[in-house]
Amino acid sequence: MVEKPLTHGVIGRDDMTIQFNDETFRDDYSFYNSAWAIKRFPFPFDKDDYMYSVNMEPHAGGREGSIFDNRFDVDEHYVSEMRDRALVLASDPLRCQSLPHMTLAGWDLLELIMVSKSEDYPDMFELHRDGDKWRWINKPLGIDDSFTFLDETTLPYGPMEYITRQTQGDFAVLDQRDDNLWMDAGMITTQADWSLDFDIGMNFFEWHAPVPLAHEKGIFVRALKFLLNIQQGSPVRRLNWTMTVNPLLDTSPENYHKWGVQKTTLTPDNLGSKQHLRVELQTFFRLPRSNAMVFPIRCYLCAFQDIVSVPKWGRRLHRVIRDLPDELAEYKGFAANRPMMLDYLAKFDDGLPTSPGIWPEIETEPALQK
Amino acid sequence: MIACGGGEALPQVMIQADKQEVLAYMSKFEFPPSIKSRPVWGRLEARAGKHHLMIADAEGAAAILDIAAPELMAKSHVIYIPNGADFADKLRDLKPAQFYEGPSYSASVQRIRRVLQDAHMGLQVYLAGTEGLMGQAMQEAVSAGIPHTAIQTEHRGSTARRMQCVHCKGITENVEVDPFVCSHCGLNLFVRDHYSRRLAAYQGVCVDAEDPGNVPAQKGIYE
Repeated sequence: MVEKPLTHGVIGRDDMTIQFNDETFRDDYSFYNSAWAIKRFPFPFDKDDYMYSVNMEPHAGGREGSIFDNRFDVDEHYVSEMRDRALVLASDPLRCQSLPHMTLAGWDLLELIMVSKSEDYPDMFELHRDGDKWRWINKPLGIDDSFTFLDETTLPYGPMEYITRQTQGDFAVLDQRDDNLWMDAGMITTQADWSLDFDIGMNFFEWHAPVPLAHEKGIFVRALKFLLNIQQGSPVRRLNWTMTVNPLLDTSPENYHKWGVQKTTLTPDNLGSKQHLRVELQTFFRLPRSNAMVFPIRCYLCAFQDIVSVPKWGRRLHRVIRDLPDELAEYKGFAANRPMMLDYLAKFDDGLPTSPGIWPEIETEPALQK
Repeated sequence: MIACGGGEALPQVMIQADKQEVLAYMSKFEFPPSIKSRPVWGRLEARAGKHHLMIADAEGAAAILDIAAPELMAKSHVIYIPNGADFADKLRDLKPAQFYEGPSYSASVQRIRRVLQDAHMGLQVYLAGTEGLMGQAMQEAVSAGIPHTAIQTEHRGSTARRMQCVHCKGITENVEVDPFVCSHCGLNLFVRDHYSRRLAAYQGVCVDAEDPGNVPAQKGIYE
């Protein structure tokens, strides 16, 4: 396990079950994962190679304590992530947009999150409802607001913006019409290099247009067919992944001319701490009044040095990155750094077989044999 | 760079051949296959309708000339932005119900909005010319409630693109080379095929972000 600098504080209250890290995702990058967070990191590879697939499963809980356990996972990064989101929105309000017909879907989303969080984390969130008079208490962020449900004038922001300023992950809200899904609203501040401002109003195939290989494989046609049929109360999920140098949440195209150069700062010595595997937990929920879909995209970051502290993950990550098709390494933006990444990862691959599935299996997998 | 229509049957306008029209026909360009957000332009055909709104720039006029028939034109409002081309008199000669020659797209857009605002069911919309003109006029029509799939288009003339800089959001018109310099923030941008109907623009992204100053040599977008 990697020693954590002692300078990092924790914030939050003693009566809450999670101690929140006081950390940054920019400038000095003081972000870190505790041992608890590493163990529950959603390692995205269930076998030693990777190719696109629809890979959907019901989002109906998971191993206790895992990130799949609750509808909207809250972890030690919550407070700091919300602070980072506020910084992004202050510098670029266009990261949050909602076309005029999407307001009802925003209320649906607000209700879904408030109900879920107050049921799943009653020590941190409370929702009190008396008809359309609602009171929402968010203890980690120090919020206690009373408002009238479906009355926009009683909230400081539109309903989607209000609740997603308090919820980790990006949110794409999709209208369903003409047998397609349309990206008509969103809160997008932790994206893997796509622009809501550019893509808003596009349909499912259009906003995925730049993704290589997957169209030819029919992935998006099958995925759309699946998503169109999702029913209320039966959300689904999948994992996606990419790579990020430094624990930077805001890898937006808008700021690419500022952060792109950070990819060139990797050296064999700093790679373990700077290079992060970036995993998205993508979930899909049907919304009840609007019949829209909400597509939360929750980002988890983990430094290579923390991933390889799990022997199974170290072995497997080396094999996946080594054997990945060039187009995918190019699309995910790490083709230039791949040789250096492989030099680093090879030290953690002793050639032993790995057990199936994504779980760390720390107790049963053999320690590194070299 | 310009595709020339080999030995296939020539449209009527070629048989009446005058030099301008030959050039216009030759300037029909076969866009290479691309990603799914990139618009696919069609070929205009006269459709049944109570009213017809035709918006064209430069050589786009030739696409209107191709479908012009007296009964169609008698119900048509033609908005034409010549951009240096010389088709205005030919369009006038078709005797459209209404004809407007605009000095630029931006000078014409208020009129386009007014026509769309007054439009009734049964209006047919025809767009012809450059991608920038068709994209912007389509955006107006969609904003007025006409589904984009119901709007006819035909590309003619320049293949230059209207580009949005993803960094400063500024629009650079008539981009013919890749990479190009954003006319607002000065970054070197590469030309993506990713296209937003809402912005009527392709996306330009910094080409040397990971290696500042290392800008590839410029070439034509379709070279």
